[in-house]
Amino acid sequence: MAREITSQRKTINTVAAWAIGLLIFFPILWTILTSFKTEAVAIADPPVFLFFDWTLENYSIVQERSNYGRFLWNSILIAVGSTILGLLVAVPAAWSMAFVPSVRTKDILLWMLSTKMLPAVGVLYPIYLLFIQLGLLDSVLGLTIVLMLINLPIIVWMLYSYFKEIPVDILEAARMDGATLKEEILYVLTPMAIPGIASTVLLNIILAWNEAFWTLNLTAAQAAPLTAFIASYSSPEGLFYAKLSAASTMAIAPILIMGWFSQKQLVRGLTFGAVK
Amino acid sequence: MATQNSRSAARFMLAPAVVLLLGWMLVPLTMTLWFSFRKYLPLRGGDMGWVGFDNYVRFVSSSSFWPSIQTTLIIVGSVLIITVILGILLALLLDQPMWGQGVVRILVIAPFFVMPTVSALVWKNMFMDPVNGLFAHLWKFFGLTPIEWLSQASLPSLVMIVSWQWLPFATLILLTAIQSLNSEQLEAAEMDGAAVVSRFFHIILPHLARAITIVVLIQTIFLLSVFAEIFVTTGGAFGSKTLSYLIFQRVLESQNIGLGSAGGIYAVILANIIAIMLMRVVGKNLDA
Repeated sequence: MAREITSQRKTINTVAAWAIGLLIFFPILWTILTSFKTEAVAIADPPVFLFFDWTLENYSIVQERSNYGRFLWNSILIAVGSTILGLLVAVPAAWSMAFVPSVRTKDILLWMLSTKMLPAVGVLYPIYLLFIQLGLLDSVLGLTIVLMLINLPIIVWMLYSYFKEIPVDILEAARMDGATLKEEILYVLTPMAIPGIASTVLLNIILAWNEAFWTLNLTAAQAAPLTAFIASYSSPEGLFYAKLSAASTMAIAPILIMGWFSQKQLVRGLTFGAVK
Repeated sequence: MATQNSRSAARFMLAPAVVLLLGWMLVPLTMTLWFSFRKYLPLRGGDMGWVGFDNYVRFVSSSSFWPSIQTTLIIVGSVLIITVILGILLALLLDQPMWGQGVVRILVIAPFFVMPTVSALVWKNMFMDPVNGLFAHLWKFFGLTPIEWLSQASLPSLVMIVSWQWLPFATLILLTAIQSLNSEQLEAAEMDGAAVVSRFFHIILPHLARAITIVVLIQTIFLLSVFAEIFVTTGGAFGSKTLSYLIFQRVLESQNIGLGSAGGIYAVILANIIAIMLMRVVGKNLDA
């Protein structure tokens, strides 16, 4: 094949892919840009893209009005907490299903995934009542437990598909060499399992960070995370575009940055190990 | 290698996950089932006793019931079709040689990280607002009358917002699958003079079957429970009420727990029907 054709095609590919990529990213870019505008500029007709007086005032106003730090802290606690709790339960479960499979292993996995299909709204009121009884309403602990439970099937499923890829031969070789069970787990299995666990952790943090049913319905003032912080801007006040944009940018920035930096592991995680 | 000993150890390790999920499923579900047979209005008299299947009959005979089922199916179905088709096209494009592939991938993946409340608010106000939204500016630029997106075209608007959120997921999974395709096979087909279209339908598409299954399964799970996008944009008005949202309104807005619980049981049944259909397909396609 002629070189020129390849190079020309590469240029066309590049232009097309960048155009589409920017189109998909545009709503986020536009939000970030608007957050640096004054309210008047934000609704200017025709819209202004880059050439305006950049200002940080929206960020300080949003911070003053709604104490961003507390919502952020709640989001972090809930996302990280539910992930750790989930791992504690899911790692042994996935481990045992991957290494000591029984005839029912596949059924158990599918059943676990099917619990995710239960409509949350169908059990909202019972959970609400239970939470009042247990004093968990509007508490970080309560939300952490709920988010752990709703993401548990996904964690188990992902870990299972990773653990299954670990070759059993290596374990047997280690055993032949006289490794004890403890050594086997510590020095042979764990290093091989860490990439899979890392991907699982990342995806779970993102899912928990963005969860917007239980976080909106089970919190009020105390335990509200960033999803609730943003929902409070859906009132008519939210029509101040620049402030809405600043608040939105503050809510998505941490996870966006984390996601971009860990893209490789995440892509692996997103495919649930089922696509290679 | 699985001895009797390791089998019981495995059962012991599996138990906490199974017990927790079983509890999480059964306890609230039993309560919902119980409430669904009672007249229960917490703000207007509390629990007023057993009413048999009254709530079930009332929930179905409400004029909002069938439209809500229809809306649910339209949203889930349209988003699945749009994300799978666009996802395949986008994945094919991203698989080609180009400059700055990594950056493009970052741009495409970004909407997945945006929380639903944020994307709904941003789309609602900054794009779909009939006066100040960017779409309104665009329409005026071409001399057209701006559309009141969320009231005149509420369902297409919601489908657009949700598709934007899920396209990255579909694209990434399909891209990973395409990249694992044996390029020799493709080249051989090219040598044999197979046209682009026939190469796509005979080699690429069959290879993607498994990836498409994963996309459909995972997305369906999340799409059936779309909530924040509706809550923040239309609040269930203008025919955008899904079954979940209808139940949410019965429970929280009208504070009719009995009626809402009956609706919840219907939703569980619908989810189960869809789950069984999906599991049939997935079980077949997922044999590891």
